[in-house]
Amino acid sequence: MADAAEGAGRSRIGLALLASAFVVATCGLIYEFLAGTLASYLLGDSVTQFSTVIGSYLFAMGVGSWCSRYVKSGELRLFVRVELLIAAIGGSSAAVLFLLFDRVEDFRLPLYGLVLAIGGLVGLEIPLLMRILKDRLEFGDLVAKVLTFDYVGALAASLLFPLLLVPHLGLIRTGFLFGLANAGVAIALILLLPERRRLTAELVAGLLVTGALLAGFVSSERLQRAAEVAAYGEPIIYAASTPYQRLVLTKRNDEIRLYLSGNLQFSSRDEYRYHEALVHPALTRAATLRDVLVLGGGDGLAVREILKYPGIASITLVDLDPAMTNLFRTSAMLAALNGNAFRSPKVHVVTADAFGWLRANRRRFDAVLVDFPDPTNFSVGKLYTLSFYRELARAVAPGGMAAVQATSPLVAPNAYWTVATTLEAAGFATRGYHAYVPSFGEWGFVLAGHTAPGAPVRALPPRLRFLNARAEQLAFFFPPDMARRPTPVNRLDNQALVRAFDAEWSRVEG
Amino acid sequence: MSPHVSRRVLLGGAAATAAAAGAGALALRRESWPGTLGGADAARGHKLRDGRFPPPAETRETGIAIVGGGVAGLAAAWALAEAGHENVTLFELEDQPGGNARSGRNAVSAFPLGAHYLPIPNAEATSVRHLLERLGIITGWSGGKPIFDPYQVVADLDERLLRLGRWQEGLEPSFALSPGERRESEAFFAAMANYRAMRGRDGRPAFALPATFSSRDAELLALDRISFATWLDRKGFRSPALRAHLRYCCRDDYGCEPEHTSAWAGIHYFAGRRGEAANVDGDAVLTWPSGNGHLTQAMARRVASRISGGQVVHAVRTEGAGAVIDSYDVAAGRTIRWQAQAAIVAAPRFVAARLVGGSAEGFSYAPWVVANVTVDRLPRGPGTALAWDNVSSTSPSLGYVVATHQSQGAVDGPTVLTWYDALSSMPPAAARRLMLSRPLGEWQRLVADDLLAMNPDLKGAIRRIDVWRWGHGMIRPVPGFLWGAAREAAAEARPPLFFAHSDLSGLSLFEEAHYRGTLAAEQAMAHLGRPFTSLLA
Repeated sequence: MADAAEGAGRSRIGLALLASAFVVATCGLIYEFLAGTLASYLLGDSVTQFSTVIGSYLFAMGVGSWCSRYVKSGELRLFVRVELLIAAIGGSSAAVLFLLFDRVEDFRLPLYGLVLAIGGLVGLEIPLLMRILKDRLEFGDLVAKVLTFDYVGALAASLLFPLLLVPHLGLIRTGFLFGLANAGVAIALILLLPERRRLTAELVAGLLVTGALLAGFVSSERLQRAAEVAAYGEPIIYAASTPYQRLVLTKRNDEIRLYLSGNLQFSSRDEYRYHEALVHPALTRAATLRDVLVLGGGDGLAVREILKYPGIASITLVDLDPAMTNLFRTSAMLAALNGNAFRSPKVHVVTADAFGWLRANRRRFDAVLVDFPDPTNFSVGKLYTLSFYRELARAVAPGGMAAVQATSPLVAPNAYWTVATTLEAAGFATRGYHAYVPSFGEWGFVLAGHTAPGAPVRALPPRLRFLNARAEQLAFFFPPDMARRPTPVNRLDNQALVRAFDAEWSRVEG
Repeated sequence: MSPHVSRRVLLGGAAATAAAAGAGALALRRESWPGTLGGADAARGHKLRDGRFPPPAETRETGIAIVGGGVAGLAAAWALAEAGHENVTLFELEDQPGGNARSGRNAVSAFPLGAHYLPIPNAEATSVRHLLERLGIITGWSGGKPIFDPYQVVADLDERLLRLGRWQEGLEPSFALSPGERRESEAFFAAMANYRAMRGRDGRPAFALPATFSSRDAELLALDRISFATWLDRKGFRSPALRAHLRYCCRDDYGCEPEHTSAWAGIHYFAGRRGEAANVDGDAVLTWPSGNGHLTQAMARRVASRISGGQVVHAVRTEGAGAVIDSYDVAAGRTIRWQAQAAIVAAPRFVAARLVGGSAEGFSYAPWVVANVTVDRLPRGPGTALAWDNVSSTSPSLGYVVATHQSQGAVDGPTVLTWYDALSSMPPAAARRLMLSRPLGEWQRLVADDLLAMNPDLKGAIRRIDVWRWGHGMIRPVPGFLWGAAREAAAEARPPLFFAHSDLSGLSLFEEAHYRGTLAAEQAMAHLGRPFTSLLA
């Protein structure tokens, strides 16, 4: 009787150990995929990232396997501990890497550190498992069974990861889930083992790790937000937090994109359409053209267009964020985009809040280009108010011309025409126009002058890619779905624009 | 296995848990912050109560004496200056004038110590409109309505409420209401709109501001004899969401619970304001980083040469045709006797009664605590973005206002949050004792706990907490007081003595204090036969 019970217990343990081979193989491969995906996602160049991550992972597994020879006794206890360590490190690896990405000097250090640690531990698993099972199974049977479960587990992981896990759980939660599986294996083994009384410490540790992973799993939404880089669709090449905003540059193939606090600012593929449309209608209509003011636009792309008029004496650019202007001055790749605009002796960069600067300003400019982020919040919304435009009117010289970026007249016609109505309430005569910018959609601008903006008084600069006289004429035509409609005046005390913008864009973006 | 190794495993597990718990572990450590504990100068106040002063060492003369440099006293001084009356002395107990509109300032921002906004005034608040025009806050007129400087009107977003774990726009609960609650809420506000438009049988508005211009229709004045809570019960306004909001309103404007607020005052909160403006909404408010300190400082600048601070006036009486004022000069350590042609006592009734004799019976004051919390970054939270005034439906406090809200900058940098609490849940005297006995550290913890419950995102961002205590922060419009005999008797002029304070109106509002001060100044000038153009017409 006693023998039979013991035999049944042993075979149950044997089965459990084989099942754990399946689980650990699945988990091991998942952590590898996570690291590889994260690396290609955050560092770009997926071939290199996947190759190096898989290579170093396999190498570390070899090191782990080698190390297993130094284990002389207590394999089962060690196996349980290895499982717990993998659960803790592997399970949290995706979250840790996301959170560390923009907080460490060199992201590759924690990346490969984690890859090597997990690989080494995973490398220990199978040799240990085989040694534990060696007394229970005949050698040929042992190798066949363990490796079968190992490879079937790999198949499961490779199918689950792209089809189910990444789309439905996301990287961070997937990590925690498989950490839980590892911890589950460890706890199940402890509970099945006859010597479980001696493994109380491991059991407690197992429960703690499980609790921590569960907490991580539950709060992965918040972790995800803390690690906002997870939100971008393309490989990130630069990310920085400034006191004012979050700058993220991504690059896929030849396309560079700049995101400010999560909102697309430009794509190098089609920004010429946007900036030609922002700059040239105003500059070709200003009575004289010597002094130009740019509010916002710290990427220097509008300045690049302005510098195409040789007669211009000075360009003053007021941007809040010195990190922006410095980045676009110093980075060779970005300076190439703006044609080294910030190196021009005509360009004077003022680091200031545009509203405060404009209130204090006493200079007048022949042309003013107002290129602020979209009015997504109440602080930016202030830069589109009647009070702001009254200050703007003081800065526009007689015969001068201003152009204001004013969101999409197609997606948000009420918001767009609110900008025009508000400019008019501040005493400007306005004319709306729009341009199609593929990465933004149909985009709107408003020309504003002390007198009604008429026909151009000077020719467009040569070699523009988007605008010519005919294209410009068409830009002023608004089909019925974007046509003018009555809107309120946007004031500091009603922020009508932010409300309209939010209502209209949330219909599109949900 | 050695116990050493198993402890290490255990520690490893514990470390993982701690890491996951993250900042949670930090919460166990009690923080402390720098800060100060301030308030009306208790030593000077108590000296007045104890009444031991040296005999007058000198006698001086002045035309009109004003005792008290709060809003009412400053308004009186302003009105006298407007009329070209030069010979005026204003005696202020504290070193700085401003009363409970005083403000403070640190490296981050100016901030209020008490009253922090002024609603767009009603047409009948003529003296306030006059003041605002002189200060450039009213910049012109259009269609008979004033144009306000947009930079001084509260910027959107003005109010948000934390309810059911989410910030919503506005202070009236607006989501997750049952149809019944919604109907009740609509019915209540419809009733208030009705009262706002109503005129009494005497043709005056049912509820006016200043309150003295309200109708004396007996049916309306009868509302003063019951509590707001009783009135709400009788009208069937019982929804918890609505009642919680109305309780907030009573505590915010009057420092009392609805059970202790006259129904007339409770309704006045909603029906008394008919602000007129050409360029902004009539229900907007004017505000500044320093709160109403912006207004009192501007008023004080105009009459600076007439203000004498650190003066404990301890006796005011009539002598012959004029008034005699005994004032103990704190800096000089001696009493000076002033002979004036008239005196305006612009002090709260509990002080005025001590100075001129008489009773302060029926006058009850709510103690307030105001904490200015300097933080590294702007508060956030789920739902509606940060507003100027931020209130939590579950907190016992009245929430906080953001001192830098009116700045045009888009910077998420440091700011000062002015946190308010009316200690209305216990009788005022007991609340006052508790307030004065509680040490700074304990106040700071209370404030921080309350603020962090509203905004857990501010964890670790608090730099300092300065606590200010108002022992007698507001007159309490308890049932029967507003239209009762005690208030009217106290307000009555006894030439050459005139009285000015918001408590004589029964509502602790800038408009009331300003009206009372202007009225007393004009009464004094009329008494002395001085020519003036009334600011009250």
